Amino acid sequence: MNHENPHFDLFGIGFNPSNILMLFVTCLVVFLIAVASTRRLQMKPTGMQNFMEWVMDFVKGIIKNNMDWKTGGRFHVLGITLIMFVFVANMLGLPFAIVWDHELWWKSPTADPVITLTLASTVVALTHFYGIKQLGIGGYFKTYFQPIPFLAPLKIIEEFANTLTLGLRLYGNIFAGEILIGLLAALGASSVFGLAGAVVPALAWLGFSVFIGAIQAFIFVMLTMVYMAHKVSTDH
Amino acid sequence: MLDTFVLLSAEADAGFLASLNQRLNLGDIIVTVVFFTILMVLLKKFAWGPLMGVMDQRAQLIATEIEQAEKSRQESAKLLEEQRALLKEARDNAQSIVEQAKKQGETQREELVTAARAEVNRMKESATLEIATEKEKAVAAVREEFVSLSILAASKVLGKEISEEDNRALIEETIVKAGEGR
Repeated sequence: MNHENPHFDLFGIGFNPSNILMLFVTCLVVFLIAVASTRRLQMKPTGMQNFMEWVMDFVKGIIKNNMDWKTGGRFHVLGITLIMFVFVANMLGLPFAIVWDHELWWKSPTADPVITLTLASTVVALTHFYGIKQLGIGGYFKTYFQPIPFLAPLKIIEEFANTLTLGLRLYGNIFAGEILIGLLAALGASSVFGLAGAVVPALAWLGFSVFIGAIQAFIFVMLTMVYMAHKVSTDH
Repeated sequence: MLDTFVLLSAEADAGFLASLNQRLNLGDIIVTVVFFTILMVLLKKFAWGPLMGVMDQRAQLIATEIEQAEKSRQESAKLLEEQRALLKEARDNAQSIVEQAKKQGETQREELVTAARAEVNRMKESATLEIATEKEKAVAAVREEFVSLSILAASKVLGKEISEEDNRALIEETIVKAGEGR
């Protein structure tokens, strides 16, 4: 269970090649799924196109729950990409983990706090960007004093808390899931009795992890749109 | 922990970035953001954009289809009403035609009957007239014959020459009397 992470330095900046590999695989899978399903677009959708349109409508529903479509429409692409990316990333670590020379190479990229916090920070940075763009500098700063002025410090703390919880929630769920899968796999590999004992909980936990992965992807996008709505709309 | 902070603040100016780099996978952050951005741009170009286009197109198509369906429904309702009115008119027309024909037939029948009756009457009258003249003629002829026969018989019976002229008047008178007496 005690894995090291692979590491190399380039231009004085540290990289984790495992993360890079897994991010690339995630991007590739998402891209292939998306392009394969929009290969032959038809007026009367069939098969994969139906699924993709369902995803689009699903994200559209999330956005519409939080803001009106006129301001929210521009986040549609971000939302679809994010939900597909996070979901695929969550799924990648489920079937197996690959350890090479005590270095963990194959895992969910979202089981790394650096990546989830980067995604969360990017999202929160985008909310600030669009908040300023939508309301102007004055309007943007005014939101900090909006309901009651003396709560402004709390609102500033909230921004950091949002970022942290958004990233760490995802990381915690996926990382914990992978730890437990790893433990069950180790138990199954230990002996015949271990295998007998581990089969049922491992299957159950795998199924549950798929569920968690989907739910976490949904929550991530949902919260992204909630934070975005807080920043871009004036009626909150 | 405190040591690191102290250490960090001590080297804050000189090797801050290097020190941060030792603890933080700065490269991963950059790679994550770059990969995600590239993915988003690529997907927008190759997948989401066209898909959204098709969905919008479909929405438009459906809207126009609904509009057209509504229009054609109204049109067909109008046509149906028209047809119904036409049918009613035709039925009325037919009925009036039938009635008229019936009436015409009736009058024609009546006419024919009266004409036939008149013809019959006329024919009957002419027949009676003819019969009457024929009878007259026959009576006259018979009378003539009778007279000459009577004269012949009388002359044979009497054996005596009587002046035909004298007796004829007498006999004719008798015969007329006899005819009347009959």
